[in-house]
Amino acid sequence: MNTILSIVPIQYYIILSAILFSIGVMGVLTRSNAIIIFMSVEIMLNSVNLLLAAFSTYHNDAAGQIFVFFIMAVAAAEVAVGLAIIVMIYRNINTIDIYNLNKLKG
Amino acid sequence: MNISDWLTLRIEIALAVFILLQLIIKIFDLIRSNETWLRLNIAITFLIVLLGFTGNDSGSLFGGMFISTSFIIIEKTILAFATLLVLMQSYNWLKHHQHTPEFFMLLLTALLGMFLMLSANNILLFYLGLEMATIPVAALANFDLDKQRSSEAGMKMILSSAFSSGMLLFGISIFYGITGTLTISSWQEILRPGGLEVLALIFIMTGFGFKISLVPFHLWTADVYEGSPVSITAFLSVVSKGAVSFALARFLFNGVIMMQEFWVEILFLLSIITMTVGNLFAMRQTNIKRFLAFSTVAQAGYILLGLAGDPVNAPTSVVYFILVYMFSNLAALGVVEIVSFATQKEDLDDYKGFYNSNKKLAIVLMLALFSLAGIPPTAGFFGKLFLFTSGIHSASVVWLLFASLNLVVSLYYYMRLVRMMFSENNEKPLASIQSPLLSNIALIICSAGILFIGIFGGLYDYLHQLAK
Repeated sequence: MNTILSIVPIQYYIILSAILFSIGVMGVLTRSNAIIIFMSVEIMLNSVNLLLAAFSTYHNDAAGQIFVFFIMAVAAAEVAVGLAIIVMIYRNINTIDIYNLNKLKG
Repeated sequence: MNISDWLTLRIEIALAVFILLQLIIKIFDLIRSNETWLRLNIAITFLIVLLGFTGNDSGSLFGGMFISTSFIIIEKTILAFATLLVLMQSYNWLKHHQHTPEFFMLLLTALLGMFLMLSANNILLFYLGLEMATIPVAALANFDLDKQRSSEAGMKMILSSAFSSGMLLFGISIFYGITGTLTISSWQEILRPGGLEVLALIFIMTGFGFKISLVPFHLWTADVYEGSPVSITAFLSVVSKGAVSFALARFLFNGVIMMQEFWVEILFLLSIITMTVGNLFAMRQTNIKRFLAFSTVAQAGYILLGLAGDPVNAPTSVVYFILVYMFSNLAALGVVEIVSFATQKEDLDDYKGFYNSNKKLAIVLMLALFSLAGIPPTAGFFGKLFLFTSGIHSASVVWLLFASLNLVVSLYYYMRLVRMMFSENNEKPLASIQSPLLSNIALIICSAGILFIGIFGGLYDYLHQLAK
């Protein structure tokens, strides 16, 4: 079962996906361009996908890999709605920099 | 798996069929009038509420992925009923809207997602339901397409929900790595407090925290509530929040019950800062929708207190509280909706002298605020009472003390609004407003709920019986 995991042990996958996840979180927190923020969210979700696929091999259980497909589909739906909203923002204020989204505050 | 098991899925099947039918009707343009659409959807939602009271309740489907009990059906019925009230209140706004049919499809899809989330015994189905319940709502927040604040609200909603589902998924994937299964109910036999488990639980609680807007994950709440159309604010603050609270209760007591000592600590910290920050920020708001947004943030803190109970009382008290909170918050937002549609005014100062020009609306708003504050004859008092009695099970004295102090603090700002309405003069008072029949019916139902739910004590016993 674990021929793949005997070449690259499971810890490496966990560390890599933790790093990817952190990069994604940092991107969401620091970037100001809405599209780049969505890209960073994608990095977060992909790190989860990697982790699920690795654990799926580790446990010899297909459920994790099926989960990955669903995450991809849902992420696509999320981005579709997100990009539509970005278009609306652009029509209204001619920029997609989130620091210009300051009409609502109190 | 037999026919009677399939009957437990009846609400979801009916809802999915109706959504698809509406899509077909829309494509062939069979119904043109917005009013007909609205009546049709109110009828559909009413049917969904009725379906909750019929037929077989408990069973499991799809190899145990989908489970149903009487208690879950009651939760779903409450959510459907809240959606019905929201639809009735949005009559004014939807009558002349350009995209009315799409509104219903998105709203009902979100409701369907919540139903799947509540019935899920598999974390994959749970995640799909959760996303199905949030993505359409982000589109709905952006529903007034020509208004900048509406698209800003949609943007903030979709970004924070995408970020929070990333957090949630990371926690879920670690749990999957530990247990090797996606079935939530079999996690409780494997999961024990340990380093990795605690890390995963913190990620998952962060994800939930975003969805029920707990401090420090509440920053999107006020902006989204202010920018969205009022009906969507009502849907978000009652139905979405209620669904995620129910789901959190089910997750905590079915999935990670063995780590209870640990998650009670997390709830303790989140709860006291949520209540305190929510109350303090509610005091300095000038817009009534932001004011109600921070009031719902504070209410979430009390929900967490209720969750610190035993596996029977905690879900019961949360469901009871959400039922009561639904009536109170929908009454308040219903009045706000009528006022803001008729006059475009949403500032707290505009409500000065509200009683002089609109006596009935002012009384409904007053009842709602009394109930939100938790003043005895109203249902809000009993909701809070049961949350506190449930929380005593494992909450510390400090926690209960903080909660009681916060109840007192919240009286200040709720009563300030009541005083403004009844005894202050306004140089530019609001005109006397004619509200449509459907909104009036919804407000009457809400007021009746606020006045009578608490007095009929049997309801809590009934829920308690079902939760066992």
